[in-house]
Amino acid sequence: MFKIVHAQFLAPGIKRFVIEAPRIARKQQPGQFVILRIYEEGERIPVTIENSDPAKGTINIVVQSAGKTTNLLNRLETGDSILDVVGPLGKPSDIRNYGTVVVVGGGVGTAMAYPTALALKRAGNRVISIVGARNRELVILEKEMREVSDALLITTDDGSYADKGFVTDKLRQLIDNGTRIDLVVAVGPIVMMKAVSELTRKENIHTVVSLNPIMIDGTGMCGGCRVLIDGKSEFACVDGPEFDGHKVNFEVLVQRNTMYRTAEQQSMEEFKRLQKAEAEQDEVCAATSSAQQGEQR
Amino acid sequence: MSPTASKSKNPLSPKERIQVPRQLMPEQPAEVRAHNFEEVNLGYSPELAQQEALRCLECAKPTCTDNCPVGIDVKEFVQRIVIGDFLGAAAKIREANVLPAITGRVCPQEDQCEGKCLLSKKVKPLGIGYLERFVADYEQRMGTHIVPNAEPTGKKVAIVGSGPSGLTVAGDLIQKGHNVRVFEALHEIGGVLVYGIPEFRLPKQIVREQIEYMRQMGVEFETDVVVGRTVTIDELLEEEGCDAVYIGTGAGLPQFMNIPGEHLNGVYSANEFLTRINLMKAYKFPVYDEPMLDLRGKDVAVIGGGNTALDAIRSALRLGARNAYVIYRRSDAEMPARAEEVHHARQEGIDFQMLTAPVEFLSDGKGWLTAARCVRMELGEPDASGRRRPVRMQGSEFDLPLSVAVIAIGTTANPIVQSTTPGLGTNKRGYIHATEETQRTTRKGVFAGGDIVTGAATVILAMGAGRRAANSIHQYLTTGEW
Repeated sequence: MFKIVHAQFLAPGIKRFVIEAPRIARKQQPGQFVILRIYEEGERIPVTIENSDPAKGTINIVVQSAGKTTNLLNRLETGDSILDVVGPLGKPSDIRNYGTVVVVGGGVGTAMAYPTALALKRAGNRVISIVGARNRELVILEKEMREVSDALLITTDDGSYADKGFVTDKLRQLIDNGTRIDLVVAVGPIVMMKAVSELTRKENIHTVVSLNPIMIDGTGMCGGCRVLIDGKSEFACVDGPEFDGHKVNFEVLVQRNTMYRTAEQQSMEEFKRLQKAEAEQDEVCAATSSAQQGEQR
Repeated sequence: MSPTASKSKNPLSPKERIQVPRQLMPEQPAEVRAHNFEEVNLGYSPELAQQEALRCLECAKPTCTDNCPVGIDVKEFVQRIVIGDFLGAAAKIREANVLPAITGRVCPQEDQCEGKCLLSKKVKPLGIGYLERFVADYEQRMGTHIVPNAEPTGKKVAIVGSGPSGLTVAGDLIQKGHNVRVFEALHEIGGVLVYGIPEFRLPKQIVREQIEYMRQMGVEFETDVVVGRTVTIDELLEEEGCDAVYIGTGAGLPQFMNIPGEHLNGVYSANEFLTRINLMKAYKFPVYDEPMLDLRGKDVAVIGGGNTALDAIRSALRLGARNAYVIYRRSDAEMPARAEEVHHARQEGIDFQMLTAPVEFLSDGKGWLTAARCVRMELGEPDASGRRRPVRMQGSEFDLPLSVAVIAIGTTANPIVQSTTPGLGTNKRGYIHATEETQRTTRKGVFAGGDIVTGAATVILAMGAGRRAANSIHQYLTTGEW
């Protein structure tokens, strides 16, 4: 069991957990992730590590509600525990002094981009960060990203905060302004990473993306996370999760991520039913306690 | 304990023994078991076991024991069954084998003990596997007797991987008085015994009982630790006070065929397919959250001819597959699967497409598998493995409609430990270099065995390596000599 020492929403549906995991905290490096399972019947899901504190023996993970497991996870509070947390998994980011690096974080991907940006900054790079989100509420880690970046550019899809548009618009501007870019690191939704890679391919700028395919064990054993890189099968958990964005077959990644859509929807409906039943239960309890016995449903 | 060289308790003359037929293993009827995950074999009754035990010829030089990777004293344990001393028989097996309920079920006995049984020259060999299973289960029901460990030595050993070889090393070393801690990457102990081998061949309850027994012996287990990532071998040696490390991480990465369409939805590696079913209980979705594709009424094929392939396709059948095929590029004779499994699979209605190989997976244009384009093969000259090489027959192409294809053509070395342990020698294929006799690696204090050294093999061979490693580790810990 891994104890949650602190839990806090960063944005609607996006929650940060500080978890006691001393072994992982000691070893975590930028670019790596954990796999967790919340209860005995639960599935194993890969989750981003935002940061770790080796001295305190804790890691920070950031989770966005999407399916049943992430929704259940985001109901956990300080003091609760997670059954299994394993990691850090995947190869760490290749941190070197490249010169000028643009770090792009899309949505909750910003949480994984952050430690990489921090490490790149410490390695002597000039770090320009671009953070994109759907709207104002979903912009996360702005302060943290600002601290580790020489410049921070923010976009929202709906223009409710900073500039309206996509991260690629900002990247385009940087290129058009003649900014010399030695490396682009993009972490976020597949469409975003694909768009960034397409843009930089034309400009011949080396681009690293962090892939998040379906995964079970995270140690290379199952092969479920195989991705097509330059026409060859590679495993995101042991060969990645970071790959050369210009070599990734994003179509196959999108297609494989839909493999369990029916089951995922079924799980989600089950979760909603559960939630509704709980709400009704609460209602009944409240009604009972105020001595209004009778037909509540 | 009676001395090993005791006088025969068997009332039958050798001639009479040969007349006794091999006792059949009671099993679930094929048409019933094809729809459930309960164990196929039901086990001998005490009467059947005693009857079977009478067949042993009690050879002066028992070749069965010589051919057992862990060296079980078969003759002696079988004699104890003859006289009804089942617990004594179990104790005898335990001297050599810490997991008898498991090996009694999954060993390829025809290649090991039974393969060399003298009876097999004239009649069917002694049912050594069935007898081993019987006494192990009997002992379990009666309450296992924990043999006291030797005086504590104060030495600490880390074991990487909780599969059959790691468990064997753990069981042997704890008995010798060492402190033993086993690290497992997954959330459950047992390695391939829990993620790979299905319930109908090895009930997980059996594995749990064997592990509980080891816990009671004093073995410590830590799950959710990927050695190489969560902690390195060097950290175990230098910072966590381990005096020796045993690496038994198993075979690892599934191999794919590198044919077009392998990324289609519906194409699985056997490891993923079986892990979803066995470890994650995906067939109990939505009670369990891990999903898998619904196989009811679907056409499913496995590619390969080993035990893993048969485990996968028989699981698919139990999950409601309409047609369940084994596609194997060689013929029956070359199939590496255990004979009993092939027999069971045929009884259950698995369709064996022998001398056949897929060359492409076809899709519906939306990323989902619809068929495997296959070719027929014929056998040519022997290849490096000594088996006749399959050669493609011209013009034999045909499409086999499929919703799910499971690739079970073998595995390659998992690189995580090797790549994070400086100085740990590996061979060309990435497997860890270890001497066969001592299981020593190129790093002082580090031993390795099982599939991570040999490539994919069997549970019992991994256990044999574990046994040699345990002796060798014990010697190293007591003498300090490398």
